[in-house]
Amino acid sequence: MPEAREFWRWKEYNWKTPDFDWKDATLITAGVDVGSVSSQAVIMCDGKLYAFSNMRTGSDSPNSALNAMKWALEGTGMTLTDIHCKVGTGYGRINVPFSDRAITEIACHARGANYMFGPTLRTIMDMGGQDCKAIRCDENGKVVSFLMNDKCAAGTGRGMEAFAELLGVSIEEVGELSLQVEEEPPPVSNTCVVFAKTEAAGLLRSGWSREKVLAAYCSAMAHRVASLLNRIGMKEDFAITGGIAKNVGVVSRLEKELGVKALKTNYDMQIAGALGASIFAKDLAEKAIRNK
Amino acid sequence: MQGGGNTIAYYGYKDGSGDFFIRLDTDKCKECVNKPCVDACPAGLLEIFVNDYDDVVVRVEEKHRRKIKYSCSVCKPVFGDRIIVCQAVCKLKAIAHTW
Repeated sequence: MPEAREFWRWKEYNWKTPDFDWKDATLITAGVDVGSVSSQAVIMCDGKLYAFSNMRTGSDSPNSALNAMKWALEGTGMTLTDIHCKVGTGYGRINVPFSDRAITEIACHARGANYMFGPTLRTIMDMGGQDCKAIRCDENGKVVSFLMNDKCAAGTGRGMEAFAELLGVSIEEVGELSLQVEEEPPPVSNTCVVFAKTEAAGLLRSGWSREKVLAAYCSAMAHRVASLLNRIGMKEDFAITGGIAKNVGVVSRLEKELGVKALKTNYDMQIAGALGASIFAKDLAEKAIRNK
Repeated sequence: MQGGGNTIAYYGYKDGSGDFFIRLDTDKCKECVNKPCVDACPAGLLEIFVNDYDDVVVRVEEKHRRKIKYSCSVCKPVFGDRIIVCQAVCKLKAIAHTW
């Protein structure tokens, strides 16, 4: 039998800057974002991004946090004891065994996105594995309004994984393929992934191409999250974080629906939460030094 | 900014049947000392907590967030008068419902 391919599986990776040595830093901080689908660990040296990892969350939050941190530390020669302050965030934030404090993912995403996209950023759409968060922030990355929807998988990364699996398309190719349609099809159901999958199966049977079905799903997803953004009040500049930010099919349709262009960055949009947690850790470490 | 520049937190969900969020103006909420809404809510939805910016404010308990439409039904009967108690006792008008 041919080996079964897991179309939903995305690439896990770690990264370390070649630009400086952590041993020259005076303050080393870390943030760990244990999400429902993926976990990220970020290490910063004097407020500059030094290393990070991005991997799938296992069934055990403490182990996922440890594994993500170990992978970020890999090849650096740094150990956990070299890090002055560590902050946990995300769905599993209270289960990060080595963290000095837990901070909500809403506050961390706003702070991380402010670092990535700059002080003009006012609205963030974080499209995570099993929830979406619409966040408004000020020029310092402080949250001024937020809304989170985690009741169902529609509009989340897990929903997109289910579609990739149904259509036999690698999750990383979904966005590009969804744009290969001559005419934009009407969206499928945007209220439930299960209903959307049933609808998609029917559309495939009726002769729709994979590209057309993917376009209909990306469009449904964009429409759904746009309504969340409209609820908190959309204000430019706007950016998208989370795994879906890498899906050009959803991003371009969301931009069209909102009538604004999302800011672009060279940072990995999936690490926004962990990055924000690491920045909060820096604040906490500096506060502790001042209070000594 | 929405709410005249105040910090707004939405707790609840959106699903196929609609948008169900309780909207809390946390800048107003942090000014309230007694937070009468917490004891007044007949369904016990609200709790006091310290947020990420060290403000003491009210939020909807986690266990109610995905069923808020049903948890709030005590104050929103299909027939008869609707008196939304949390809103009625909030003198600063910090609480609103989206449905």
